[in-house]
Amino acid sequence: MSAPTTSTLSIRDLHASIGDKPILKGLSLEIPKGEVHAIMGKNGAGKSTLAKIMAGHPDYTVTSGDVLLDGESILGMEPDVRARLGLFLAFQYPMEIPGVTIANFIRAALQARLPQGEELEATEYYAKLYAKMDALSVPRNFTSRSVNEGFSGGEKKRCEILQMAMLEPSYAVLDETDSGLDIDALKIVSAGVNALRGPSIGMLVITHYQRLLDYIVPDKVHVMSEGRIIHSGDKELALKLEAEGYDWVEKEFGKNAA
Amino acid sequence: MSTETKPDIDIDRSVGDFRYDVDYAFDAGVGLSEATIDYICDVKGDPDWVRAFRKEGYRKFLEKPMPTHWATKDLENIVFENIRYYLSQGQVPKRSWDDVPEDVKRTFERLGIPEQERKFLAGVEAQFDSEAAYSNIKAAVGEQGVIFVGSAEGLKEHPEIFKKWFGKVIPSGDNKFSALNSAVFSGGSFIYVPPGVKVSHPLQAYFRINAQNFGQFERTLIIADEGAELTYMEGCTAPKFETATLHSAVVELVAMKGAKIQYITVQNWSSNVFNLVTKRGIAHENAEVKWIDCNIGSRLTMKYPGVVMKEKGARGEVVSIALAGDGQHQDTGAKMIHAADNTTSNIISKSISLGSGRSTYRGMVHVPKHLKGCKNNTECDALLINTHSRTDTYPAISVRGQGNAVQHEASVSQISSEQIFYMQQRGLSEAAAMSLAVNGFVNDLVQQFPMEYSVELKRLIDLEMEGSVG
Repeated sequence: MSAPTTSTLSIRDLHASIGDKPILKGLSLEIPKGEVHAIMGKNGAGKSTLAKIMAGHPDYTVTSGDVLLDGESILGMEPDVRARLGLFLAFQYPMEIPGVTIANFIRAALQARLPQGEELEATEYYAKLYAKMDALSVPRNFTSRSVNEGFSGGEKKRCEILQMAMLEPSYAVLDETDSGLDIDALKIVSAGVNALRGPSIGMLVITHYQRLLDYIVPDKVHVMSEGRIIHSGDKELALKLEAEGYDWVEKEFGKNAA
Repeated sequence: MSTETKPDIDIDRSVGDFRYDVDYAFDAGVGLSEATIDYICDVKGDPDWVRAFRKEGYRKFLEKPMPTHWATKDLENIVFENIRYYLSQGQVPKRSWDDVPEDVKRTFERLGIPEQERKFLAGVEAQFDSEAAYSNIKAAVGEQGVIFVGSAEGLKEHPEIFKKWFGKVIPSGDNKFSALNSAVFSGGSFIYVPPGVKVSHPLQAYFRINAQNFGQFERTLIIADEGAELTYMEGCTAPKFETATLHSAVVELVAMKGAKIQYITVQNWSSNVFNLVTKRGIAHENAEVKWIDCNIGSRLTMKYPGVVMKEKGARGEVVSIALAGDGQHQDTGAKMIHAADNTTSNIISKSISLGSGRSTYRGMVHVPKHLKGCKNNTECDALLINTHSRTDTYPAISVRGQGNAVQHEASVSQISSEQIFYMQQRGLSEAAAMSLAVNGFVNDLVQQFPMEYSVELKRLIDLEMEGSVG
């Protein structure tokens, strides 16, 4: 009924820096709804920085380029406005919030999405929360624990995915979601992510290892190096990177490529 | 105030910041002298012993220096000769809201007091400037022999109990402000709970300052006889005036053998009130006195609720929450005096400083050499929000003798920008994120409040945070 908006998360020739130091140097990427893309790259390639910049972290300055969410530029927006527009970031290192229970935290986040004066309905909220928790094999006593306080690595990541499931974003960036997970936790978290895949969400999975991509199979794989995407391919590319490392791709497609 | 140096403070305190014009029948005028005290005595019809007590308090007030050698110099900005020490419409509190004069009643209605009374309170006293406008107790509670009246009525109608304890827990010369209160006290509650009576719902007092340049000096005395139990709550507000206002109360609690008194304060004075209050309780054998003290408002609060554990097995507890916003100084803490074997005290203090707000914790724990089996636990946590807020901790713990245990833990933390970013990424505005983090910080203490008060407290914190962020 409304004018067709491009159903993509679109990053266009993005340059960004921290202080005087350039971090992103012309990065472009297009993630349509319904697809899962993976970004791989060596440590220090700028992968996690990209996630923070998209989410609006105040430490970084975008010097040129744009990030469009369904056609709308989000760069001038506060982090919470971007979030309410539908952008979700699963953190590599989720923060602890002492004294605030997970149930209250997610509730506050959902409440923030309602118009002024409208109250979240408590029984419906808990019904939904418990259903999502069951689906993610999260024990019920989780809800009364303070957000991430004293959590194991696996619990933190499951808590991120639970939040994602509850907030139902249109685009999600998963930053090193596999880091710190043993194989069982990895399977649970991946199953949770896979259950959320569908035509109404676009996902960007940032990872250092291809291991995660055995469980979350991407539609596209991008290689990031020195602040840019230097090469893209299908899921086979991830296997090749795993087997042969990053040197060949940097030689072939990187800054100093012949 | 002639020497105001503080920046103008304008936090949204929408609940309390309003004022209706009121006609006063009794007005002691501006400034303090023997004549002021005589005026108050005459208006109130004080017996001779009270007049003598007041005059003695006045002498001590004049003798004592301002405690600026250890406390803030801001105290010097109180100009005693500019203050009005007694203002009232009439000295007799009404038993029914219908009889309360319309101009005063609408203030309390707007503050929601009659509604709270219907919902969850056993009795209410509502003080407007110097005198209670309303004082009533539910019939069922009165029938158990519980006395809940204003201090003036208490000293006249129940002198045998009143005189025994009045000024005994806190002598008039305890400090300069308890002396001032002793000289000009008016209003406050007198409560007596007979042996074995457990009052199931809280009794509440609400203190309202309506007049400018006014000093409110209520005096509360609560006695829980053997095995009795009582929860008392007080709230307070004032509109924001151009000039400073003084609130200086004295509260004395007496818990007889096996009795329990819980005293809850939610202080939300406007940001120009000097709030200088002395609060202390005596706990007899196996008795318990617990102060839950919450300071959100005022320009300067100095308040260190204390418990004297006078007989064996007595317990004292102070749970303190202080929030110092821009321009505010919350100088709070606790005093625990162990005076018998096997007495136990517990202090938990959490303070939040934001903007140019300043929090100070002063804790005194005293266990003399001849005692054994005494325990104290002190936890003192400060949260700083932004770089120029300030917090100080002055613990004074003197524990002598053997077999006494004392434990002190202190922490200072900040809400990091990474935490705020994390919460914002979930869709919370910066102010909402701050608010949530602050509520989380005090959450374990807030849970000790009756539900109605914890909701109120959370709302006050939210308001304060909204005012403090962009």
